[in-house]
Amino acid sequence: MKKNQTVKFKNKPRIIGSYSIVGPKEGKGNFASYFNYVMKDDSFGEDSYEKAEKKMFEHAIVGAIEDAKIKPADVNILLAGDLLNQIISSSYSARNFNFAYLGLFGACSTMAESLAVGASLIDGGQFDTIVCATGSHFSTAERQFRFPLELGNQRPPTSQWTVTGAGACVLSNKGKGPRITMATFGKVIDWGIKDVNDMGAAMAPAAMDTMLTHFCDTKTTPDDYDLIVTGDLGKLGSEILIDLMEDNGIKLGLNYNDCGQMYFTRNQGMLSGGSGCGCSATVLNSYLINKLRKGELKRVLFMPTGALMSTTATQQGESIPGICHAIVIECDEEDAGKMYEKVSTSKTFKTKNVNMKKEK
Amino acid sequence: MDEIKRNQAYNRYVKAKIPKTHAWPSLFNSFWVGGVICCLGQGINDLILLWFPNMAEQNAWAYTLIVLIFLASFLTGIGIYDKIGKFAGGGSIVPITGFSNSITSPAIEFKHEGIIYGIFVKMFSIAGPVIVTGVISSFIVGIIYLFI
Repeated sequence: MKKNQTVKFKNKPRIIGSYSIVGPKEGKGNFASYFNYVMKDDSFGEDSYEKAEKKMFEHAIVGAIEDAKIKPADVNILLAGDLLNQIISSSYSARNFNFAYLGLFGACSTMAESLAVGASLIDGGQFDTIVCATGSHFSTAERQFRFPLELGNQRPPTSQWTVTGAGACVLSNKGKGPRITMATFGKVIDWGIKDVNDMGAAMAPAAMDTMLTHFCDTKTTPDDYDLIVTGDLGKLGSEILIDLMEDNGIKLGLNYNDCGQMYFTRNQGMLSGGSGCGCSATVLNSYLINKLRKGELKRVLFMPTGALMSTTATQQGESIPGICHAIVIECDEEDAGKMYEKVSTSKTFKTKNVNMKKEK
Repeated sequence: MDEIKRNQAYNRYVKAKIPKTHAWPSLFNSFWVGGVICCLGQGINDLILLWFPNMAEQNAWAYTLIVLIFLASFLTGIGIYDKIGKFAGGGSIVPITGFSNSITSPAIEFKHEGIIYGIFVKMFSIAGPVIVTGVISSFIVGIIYLFI
């Protein structure tokens, strides 16, 4: 590793506001009690799912700004991306806001990408306040990447459920909240997986590469984190990642988990778990931020993975390239627990899939 | 070269790791649901012949198909057929009802893009290949038939 891919922030930008909104199915999953808003139906009162996704997006951005207790005029720039062609959900929502906009595409890794870019911009002193947002919708993703909703086909056991949900958070150089201390920008890694129903396997090598680079660059080990969480590798993908890391001499313990794997309960029949931009974004902006604010989690390595595929490329026989960006979020010891008691539940996870590390 | 080897090794490893679908239970479900659909077709055919005794048998078949296609299309519209499909797999895809479902579902899905560019253009996106294959194979069979 000659060139360093990891940035250590000097000013350590804070996440001062966050918001998550999810669909009804997601609202019955494992993180149910942590979400800010659960939609009653998938269409969110709009006549198409694309419009619903856009509305969800706007909702998340407004919610995060309100949660941060700032005015929309204080926001300098919006960093956003989603899964649809030409990232329409982000761009079309951005036209309703009066701030600068930078569209990003990192597939399902967009949340970390936007946070890493946002944190760098703030750390460099270019901007004061940045909104990072991303989201996905099951029905729009299905239509773009797979089959019509009403088609009576079967899904293979490796397939994942695109999460209907959007998450946004406000980064700032002042205020209170958990800090982003480091970010590792990932490389595009492709180990020749061609099966579009097996995204976990396609993205696991990218997650491994970024994780190894991160540990190498920062001289940390998995034990230095309370929680290491990947985005949407799913059940199969996270098992593969554990194997790959073990081949490289690093053992991932109980403090490792995957948002996609944790997302749904077992009875929901979601096969390999959740996926999509919304998966890691809503988990970060509900459960993780909540725990970081309370100080129940001190140091989290958040590393969503993305499969940078398009249907055209896969139909032409291309394999699926993956990417993974990692960010380290640390709870601020001074203000932890003193504020933001906005979700006051202590729901414990029941499924065996969820192995949260217990606080000492 | 190393990269190709690594990718091949990784693909082999992933293939071994993928949870296997159990063939027998899914075959059983396909078999009985497919069978029920066929029995339903036969039942409709018998009823038509019973109610219209003067109808030619060939016409009765045509009406049976129309009824089955309508039923599948209707069940697709109210969101039931995809659930049957999830359960039965091939059992509900192979009969003509599956064909009907594969035309109705994109028509529903793409209605927001307008009647012409949405419904008309996308309607055969899944069933289209089946039609093309049907036409080509019947052409080949026709040629063979010409010479024997």
